[in-house]
Amino acid sequence: MSASFEKGYNALKEQVDSTVASFFSSCVHCGMCADACLFYTETGAPERTPIHKAEPLRRVWKQEYTLLGRIGKLFGIGAKVTDEMLEQWETLVYDSCTLCGRCSMVCPVGNDIADMIRKTREGMAAAGHAPPGLIGATKRAVTIGSPMGVKLPALQAQITHVEKDTGLKIPVDVEGADYMLLLSSMEIMNFPEFIDAVAKIFKHANVSWTISSEAFEATNSGIQIGSSDIAAELVQRIVDAAAKLKVKNVISPECGHAYMAIRWDGPNLIGKSYDFKVVHILELLDDLRQQGRLKVSGRLSQRLTYHDPCQISRRGGVIDEPRNLINMIADNFTEMPDTGKMNWCCGAGGGVSSNERADEIRLQVFQRKKDQLDAIHVDGMISACSNCRIHLEDGLEEYHMDMPVLSLTETLAENLEDN
Amino acid sequence: MMTETELLTWVRGPGFQIATIIFVVGVMLRLFEIIMLGRKANLAEAKGSEMSSGLRTVFSRTLPDASTFKRSTFTITAGYIFHIGLFVVIFLFAPHILLFKEVLGISWPALPSTVIDATAVITIITLVIVLVHRLKDPVKRFLSNFDDYLGWFVTILPLVTGYIAFHRVGMSAPALIAIHILSVELLMVVFPFTKLMHMFTLVLARWYNGAISGYRGVQS
Repeated sequence: MSASFEKGYNALKEQVDSTVASFFSSCVHCGMCADACLFYTETGAPERTPIHKAEPLRRVWKQEYTLLGRIGKLFGIGAKVTDEMLEQWETLVYDSCTLCGRCSMVCPVGNDIADMIRKTREGMAAAGHAPPGLIGATKRAVTIGSPMGVKLPALQAQITHVEKDTGLKIPVDVEGADYMLLLSSMEIMNFPEFIDAVAKIFKHANVSWTISSEAFEATNSGIQIGSSDIAAELVQRIVDAAAKLKVKNVISPECGHAYMAIRWDGPNLIGKSYDFKVVHILELLDDLRQQGRLKVSGRLSQRLTYHDPCQISRRGGVIDEPRNLINMIADNFTEMPDTGKMNWCCGAGGGVSSNERADEIRLQVFQRKKDQLDAIHVDGMISACSNCRIHLEDGLEEYHMDMPVLSLTETLAENLEDN
Repeated sequence: MMTETELLTWVRGPGFQIATIIFVVGVMLRLFEIIMLGRKANLAEAKGSEMSSGLRTVFSRTLPDASTFKRSTFTITAGYIFHIGLFVVIFLFAPHILLFKEVLGISWPALPSTVIDATAVITIITLVIVLVHRLKDPVKRFLSNFDDYLGWFVTILPLVTGYIAFHRVGMSAPALIAIHILSVELLMVVFPFTKLMHMFTLVLARWYNGAISGYRGVQS
């Protein structure tokens, strides 16, 4: 896609709706969003205050959609958005924000600031001011089908491995299956144990499922970079594959933004409701638990905690499910201070992990997670997002903390009765 | 040159009418400007209700959670004090209630004027502290623009002029009251075009916040 300032400006204009207008009209510059943002609390840099990151969008709203702003624009008064300004905002919007949405939960006037920043990214990307790392990932997602460049043969190789290890058949392209499983590239490349775990659990609970060879990638770089067109194209691939295989449900894997993309943004991106249901893997597992289809053997006695991936918990609504599942297998489940919908982000979501330029800051702000963990002295941390997981491991290493980071699905699979 | 009585008559009559019209029309215009933008229907399958969650957030956002209170203690405490103070002074002072009765036709019980007097002092002091904090706190100073200082100024001015008028300091009563009413009229005229609009728009903003979250099954 060719980028230009004009396209960026128009993209920002398109983002303004009654929510954005009421949010900007309500901001009193109280600064409480800064206190809720790990990129501010751990760096003390005032320019990283969440609402300030949405300044380009505010200026467009003011100048284009308010009477005073429009009069001001006629006379050349009022702050304008320029290409230089967008360039300057790039590191604020992409490197210093994971779209975690904690700010949106504390804003006293009720601004959904994370959504305002997400919308600002639409303009940034269209104007060509997105980080090179994310641009690369997005290009690979469009051309290859995966932000990490994972092609079908790589998946097939992992499937062969998993089949050999487990002795279970991994169903690919099975028409009429109940569930179609999506995977993140990170799961395919770094955590193939996830496929292993899903296969075991589904065998155990007798779930009919399949993977599509045409649309197995769950992640959506279009969402992260802020390009609705690309995001829609990536969603459409999944919708087409689900239709082709006539599946009733699509499973979003252990990946935060993938769930946001396919579950909440997807239908709005393609402008059409789905003919299938989207469930997060944890929702499905908790459903199986409720139906009594999961029999666990022993219980874990270690002190364990759960890191809520922002897009799954706070922004996604899957909060109780992981806790129900952990309590089924663990005797010593301990919550971090600030948990569930108020959890602190790991520091690498929202495209930050694809953006090498942000490597230093994402590790710096991990201090927040460290403080949370230091308060509870646990033996291990469970999570449900492979992106969180990689970064949590990185952060723990950086801060010389020794504790395993476990996938909830994998931990559950390991504790099934016939395992 | 107007006499004091003429000035008082003007600010109570035409002045007040002009200010009221600008205030009402301005607020309506701003709200219309926002609402007419509309928003797209959500095509994703809902996990919870927009309406009930939105309504709940309109009220629940008034109270911070414990951890947020700990992190933003000053902002929240000072905010509470001056907002409640403004409410008490504006709406529970007997002469003000008389005015509301005249304009709106409804009235309610007043608080003793000594209580109003003390509340005004507390509110003025808090607003001064809030300004100092805004100038000193790195985040607030960084975020602040003309709108923030103008909003502060037109808010504290009626408190100060009202306090002086109540205690009849310096000038004659008609002059002091005229100045007080003028300062309120300044507030009313400026109101729709500054961040003071949050008084109305926060209902929308909170509702949207709650609705967006509630749709996904999260109570925000």
